[in-house]
Amino acid sequence: METLRNVKCGQSVRVVKLHGEGAVKRRIMDMGITKGTDVYVRKVAPFGDPVEVTVRGYELSLRKADAEMIEIQ
Amino acid sequence: MSVKIALAGNPNCGKTTLFNALTGSNQFVGNWPGVTVEKKEGKLKGNKDVVIMDLPGIYSLSPYTLEEVVARNYLITERPDAILNIVDGTNLERNLYLSTQLMELGIPVIMAVNMMDVVAKNGDIIQIGELSGQLGCEVVEISALKGTGIREAADKAVRIAEKKSAGAPVHRFQKRVEEALDEIESLLDGNIPEEQRRFYAVKLFERDHKIGETISGLPDVETIVASVEKDLDDDSESIITNERYTYIGAVVKKAYIKKSRGKMTTSDKIDGIVTNRFLGLPIFFLVMALVYYVSVSTVGGWATDWVNDGVFADGWNFLGFSSLHVPAIPELLNNGLEAVHCAAWLQSLIVDGIVAGVGAVLGFVPQMLVLFLFLAFLEGCGYMARVAFIMDRIFRKFGLSGKSFIPMLIGTGCGVPGIMASRTIENDRDRKMTIMTTTFIPCSAKLPIIALIAGAIFGGAWWVAPSAYIAGVLAVICSGIILKKTRKFSGDPAPFVMELPTYHMPTVGNVLRSMWERGWSFIKKAGTVILLSTIFIWFTQGFGFENGSFGMVEDMENSLLAGIGRGISWLFIPLGWGDWKAAVAAVSGLVAKENVVGTFGILYGFAEVAEDGAEIWGTLAGSFTAAAAYSFLVFNLLCAPCFAAMGAIKREMNNGGWFWFAIGYQTLLAYCSSLVVYQIGHLLEGGAFGIGTAAAILVVVFFLYMLFRPYKEKGDTWNIKMKTGKAVKA
Repeated sequence: METLRNVKCGQSVRVVKLHGEGAVKRRIMDMGITKGTDVYVRKVAPFGDPVEVTVRGYELSLRKADAEMIEIQ
Repeated sequence: MSVKIALAGNPNCGKTTLFNALTGSNQFVGNWPGVTVEKKEGKLKGNKDVVIMDLPGIYSLSPYTLEEVVARNYLITERPDAILNIVDGTNLERNLYLSTQLMELGIPVIMAVNMMDVVAKNGDIIQIGELSGQLGCEVVEISALKGTGIREAADKAVRIAEKKSAGAPVHRFQKRVEEALDEIESLLDGNIPEEQRRFYAVKLFERDHKIGETISGLPDVETIVASVEKDLDDDSESIITNERYTYIGAVVKKAYIKKSRGKMTTSDKIDGIVTNRFLGLPIFFLVMALVYYVSVSTVGGWATDWVNDGVFADGWNFLGFSSLHVPAIPELLNNGLEAVHCAAWLQSLIVDGIVAGVGAVLGFVPQMLVLFLFLAFLEGCGYMARVAFIMDRIFRKFGLSGKSFIPMLIGTGCGVPGIMASRTIENDRDRKMTIMTTTFIPCSAKLPIIALIAGAIFGGAWWVAPSAYIAGVLAVICSGIILKKTRKFSGDPAPFVMELPTYHMPTVGNVLRSMWERGWSFIKKAGTVILLSTIFIWFTQGFGFENGSFGMVEDMENSLLAGIGRGISWLFIPLGWGDWKAAVAAVSGLVAKENVVGTFGILYGFAEVAEDGAEIWGTLAGSFTAAAAYSFLVFNLLCAPCFAAMGAIKREMNNGGWFWFAIGYQTLLAYCSSLVVYQIGHLLEGGAFGIGTAAAILVVVFFLYMLFRPYKEKGDTWNIKMKTGKAVKA
């Protein structure tokens, strides 16, 4: 399974499915990362985590551990 | 008849600017009862009958974050007459997500699309008519920053509020979901008004576990929900979220014409440098150094010294000319009171008790205002979110937020503004953890204690001061790890899914207002605690039994405070300093930590000693062993901070239970650490193995267990306790 965690900076991917449950999953979806959304991985923080992505036209940061819940194409 | 309008929108959408523009200075700032979320209410300019309630900035009405729960409980139980939903035109899709939820509440909604000037500048077009038609609510274009359109938005909100009719939400989900929602609606209690039925149906479908708290007698719909989930192969919460975004996607496609695709904006360029992998850290430390330098080392420090040493102690020279000497307030009062032959005890109460207490409160204010000015600017311009982004990796390991860096840094100067700086942390758990641990970092008032112990016992050894800082940092790290595993903190995972807002120049008005609000809330809330405790210590220090009668005492040894010190000194025998003088010194440190040195001086027979207490080094060396002295140092570094910092903790926790938990934890940790330091040190000094040594070893074992015990963050249970209904009375 390909997840957002392993996507390199500067690449754009499409979300296939969200795994996990509860608060974190809901939060990720509330922020606009839903099935079929395009996500552009913009950069990684200086210490290697979290990552910054562009989704629905704005900038969002999320931890790699949470990015792992996002299955991509 | 008054009309109540709730202002709702995402964080960073310009809500505060709009609120300030609508209400001007007619604002009441407070907290939602029992929680640390700020509550703002104001009256509409030019129409005093209209009350505007500024809800916390939220992305959704989910039951998972404190802000969202506060906002939706208010909307559900108080039912304002209208909702003014402000959305950021440059970020329409995500902002409309909240709008779709607000429209289901059955409360009239008016939408204000903000930042229209920026949208136009980017060359984009939002077709307001189309948007309004698609969403089924009135839409107004505004620019809160420039003040355009806001009057119209407010007027429309008032009109729609007076009409009291909410149009049914026009947005529909896919057929399978709608069928299920219809079925759930038909099962709902007949008492639920027509316009609110869809909201409850959706919440039941989502299996929202908090909705039962606001309304009773909801039906069991598990079979309906489960069958839809099976058909659509997803959980019900995700199905609804997906449906909302699908719907919004269709609306935006029709109403939003985007031209600026792919172009690098100014904000993108700034961000490319500021959070750059290589430049990010140097820039970060530069910004932090500047904040510290200005608010602690220079401007803020000077201002605070002026208030403390000038206005409230020795007087000061206007513009530096000694001929323009302005006497200090205590001096003036003393002269005045003596002139009217005021009783000595009353004079002392006024000057040494009340005025000193007020001075203790006000002394912090200038420094705090300078710091708050910086914080407001960093938050307003968007850099604060980047601070969290950069430092998250390091701080989250100890249950803290990346934003905890600033409180800790400021805490090296003074813990009081440090604690107040934790206000910038959104996440409740991170914020509480930061409040509890910030004062472990040695503040400048603890430096004289370090100097005293280093000079008197360790011959001024170079390693004493650094070791104190290391002890402080270790206390923060270990506390973070231990506390995040305790029940009080467990179950609140901090999802770090955070918006990085566009950089922009904050308005002067907003920055100044934020600075003043925070400063004032410190004076009001923390001030009371500081004042009362200063008076209490003044009383116990100055009064006692002397020559067989109660009254003001000449000799501090006869004071009530000394009595208290004697009474509790046995507690410190296991720590190696059971001498009552040390206990009294530690207690007097609660007023201000540097008092520890002065109190020692008085108790050893000196009227006044140097800041590092050089006069008493010899005496002190005679009564403390190295182990006992270091144990005393550790205890004073970690135990409950001074009353001012306690007042700040109380203010920021906004909850008695949490306040006592914080103070209790700090004191317990201090006691245990000192016990271990003394007992192990004593053994190394050639002391015998005793009960104390065994206790110290047990403490170490327990500590290691708490530190390394296995632990898993639960992802599904958010432990947000708040009383519904009652919690939202304005």
